[in-house]
Amino acid sequence: MAGSGLLMKQTVLDNGLTVLVQEEHTAPLASVWCWYKVGSKDERPGLTGVSHWCEHMNFKGTTNIPRDQVKGIIEQFGGSWNGYTWIDQTTYLETATRDALDRMLFIESERMANCLYHPDDCESERTVIISELHGGENDPDQLLDQELTATAFKAHGYRNPTIGWLSDLETMTRDDLYGYYRRYYVPNNATLVIVGDVGTDDVLRKVDAHFGRIAAGAAIERRATVEPEQTGERRVTIRKAGTTAYLKLGYHAASATDPQFAPMMLLDAVLTGAKGVNLWSSFRVPPPQRSARLYRALVERGLASSVHGSMVPTEQPFLYNLSVTATEGIALASVESALLEELDRVRRDGVTEAELVKAKAQLRARMMFDGDSVTNIAHQLGYFATIASVDTLTSMPAGLARVTAEDVAVTARDVLSSSNRTIGWFDPLPVDTVKAEA
Amino acid sequence: MSLVPVRTVLENGVTLLVKSTSKTPIVAINLAMRAGSIADPADAPGAAWLLSRVIDRGTAARSAAELAEELDSRGITLNIAVTRHLFSVVCTCLTEDFAAVLALLGDILMAPSLPDAEISTRKGEVITAIRQDEDSPAVQAVESLMALLYPGHPYGRRTKGSVDAVERLTRDQLSRLHADRFAPGALTAVIVGDVDAPRARDEVARVFGGWRASAARPVALPPVMPASTRQRLVIPMMNKSQADIAYGFTTITRRDPAYYAFWLMNVAFGQYALGGRLGDNIRERQGMAYYVSSALDANIAEGPLTIRAGVSPANVDRAVASIDEEVARLVADGLAPKELDESRSFLIGSIPRALETNAGIANFLQTAEFFGLGLDYDERLPGLLAAVTLDDVHAAARRALRVDRATVVVAGPYEER
Repeated sequence: MAGSGLLMKQTVLDNGLTVLVQEEHTAPLASVWCWYKVGSKDERPGLTGVSHWCEHMNFKGTTNIPRDQVKGIIEQFGGSWNGYTWIDQTTYLETATRDALDRMLFIESERMANCLYHPDDCESERTVIISELHGGENDPDQLLDQELTATAFKAHGYRNPTIGWLSDLETMTRDDLYGYYRRYYVPNNATLVIVGDVGTDDVLRKVDAHFGRIAAGAAIERRATVEPEQTGERRVTIRKAGTTAYLKLGYHAASATDPQFAPMMLLDAVLTGAKGVNLWSSFRVPPPQRSARLYRALVERGLASSVHGSMVPTEQPFLYNLSVTATEGIALASVESALLEELDRVRRDGVTEAELVKAKAQLRARMMFDGDSVTNIAHQLGYFATIASVDTLTSMPAGLARVTAEDVAVTARDVLSSSNRTIGWFDPLPVDTVKAEA
Repeated sequence: MSLVPVRTVLENGVTLLVKSTSKTPIVAINLAMRAGSIADPADAPGAAWLLSRVIDRGTAARSAAELAEELDSRGITLNIAVTRHLFSVVCTCLTEDFAAVLALLGDILMAPSLPDAEISTRKGEVITAIRQDEDSPAVQAVESLMALLYPGHPYGRRTKGSVDAVERLTRDQLSRLHADRFAPGALTAVIVGDVDAPRARDEVARVFGGWRASAARPVALPPVMPASTRQRLVIPMMNKSQADIAYGFTTITRRDPAYYAFWLMNVAFGQYALGGRLGDNIRERQGMAYYVSSALDANIAEGPLTIRAGVSPANVDRAVASIDEEVARLVADGLAPKELDESRSFLIGSIPRALETNAGIANFLQTAEFFGLGLDYDERLPGLLAAVTLDDVHAAARRALRVDRATVVVAGPYEER
């Protein structure tokens, strides 16, 4: 892929900040991403959603960037900025013309060390975040995803939704937020990535000027509960007014560094089409899946209007998810039975050599498409450095090439067992009934 | 860095735009036919949309399974989209696959076989999608706003049609729509990527050069009538958690000389940073909404300016009042000089980002061709934006926005008191 990491320079500052720089001189742009190893899996009870809320607070002014000057600080260079929080990571980015490089680094250094967390801003953001949570609940598919994950994990922090549970969002205090920020937003818990039309030496000088004086934080002690092995199928059913029925399956599956990750990606490609491994961009283009097994078994037969598989690289073992939208008028039980039949078939017979060749060709193309901009290249470097290592990314094409049909068959037998799965239904109640009750 | 695309019109009327780039060994193909939803026959709303679901499911030369295999083996997903005016087929492929993929796309656009079995399966998908839309407050709010802003006008219709209308659609209707609207003179092919202009031209000529079909008659659009009073519609959806507000006006056409003033006005009003003035007021100061923004969609006919927000049902009235307040302030005072300068710097500065990827360039060129903006539009755009004055923006606001003529739709767990 473009941005393969081969031309990348990696440095660690004295304060522990990891810096990755890659020159890409194809457009007069630069993209800066700052990654923190903190996400919803790190949250304790009572503070679910704190990682994401901190992300919101970290756009609200710092000691040296007054609140009223945040707006426009990157836009004046024609740039865009954003951020996201998920289970393993919180990240911030700016992409703008290269002359904004110094400004982008200044913003990220301020975000790391000097955010304000003004009490009024914390309160105002509480309602914004609760509004975000309610907006998510408007989507039955998202609601089912949240319930399925919480059912599949009973101990590991991956069980909590990144947005948090409502009661925690209602009661969390400014001190909770600020304490969390101070603990995790330290250089020794961060990776800074710069990709674009820049000179590496110049970048490193500027990085040192902005970040070199930020003191390292205390080493972060992480106590991760290991999810006990699942020993039987679990089920969750949501009965709520709606127009459409949804089915989801979640299987405990390999982390990004597990040798089983590559065969899982290929198995998913055979079942639902290849996606690539860029969480920031891959989902924007649907996978090539017309000839994929589950598409043929469900969509082509008119049982479902869509089927989607998701095998995302994560730090610790997460889920392989299959999501299906039932066609209007088709019972969920029929969709489920057709889906399970296909999964049993791949467990029993494995995949063909021709399917494997096609899946590999798809992944090769998708990983090329994954790296089509400085923003996407920088995302990939920072994402993998945060959840595993850059090597995990750069060795992926070779690892995929080595996978055999037998590897995929063994993985299918291992992962797609009934005792390893959670099945979720969104089984809609007629909308009018609820209206009358309301 | 100017784009300087190469433009050619084939003898049969196909327009071709090529821009060679060499950053990665991939090519973006963007084919747009002037056959969007406004071309739906009066008795067949949703026909163009259903055609877009079926057109790549079999051709005279290839079965649906063969098409699926050819695309999937190259890692390609076709994005087939229907807007008001265009029916487009877009994809990105590896350079080595360019000729084969273009031939496949040509086959799909020129000779779809529209098998009955495929039509039946895709109808099920479209009907499911319409039912999902009916359960989405955000979609309900926007679609109802468009229906109220454009009564009796094709812009007011749902692109997907209704469940009943889709169920009634026949193969003959789809086939007729294809025969009437798909023609070389209605096609613009944009090719951007790791392929030089002469080779791209040869390949396009090889695929489309022999196509003969008479040019489609343009669809006559009725005049757009701006609202003369304030309208308000509430769609109670008591099974939902959050309410969506859609608030809007009809504005101007894309070719209107005031377009650049409207564009800058919209950026300052509802886009800049976290939603411009609207975001400052409703999200940042009042903490009422996760999202609030405005969008301008000037088109062949006078398109809408749409303000959207997602808020708690308890805050609906306050949010609508805040939007009214910001509209009134914009009409009364226009923008401050700093706001205009910031919005202008942002738009001019964002051009390199918009033109970074092959797909981004292809989209830009397709739009420029559609609206007749010229091959040097990327070079002229900064000057066009630079020429806009505060008075121009103020005039734009006074021309299109009036609180007492706003159309407001609320969908969600909210009922009129």
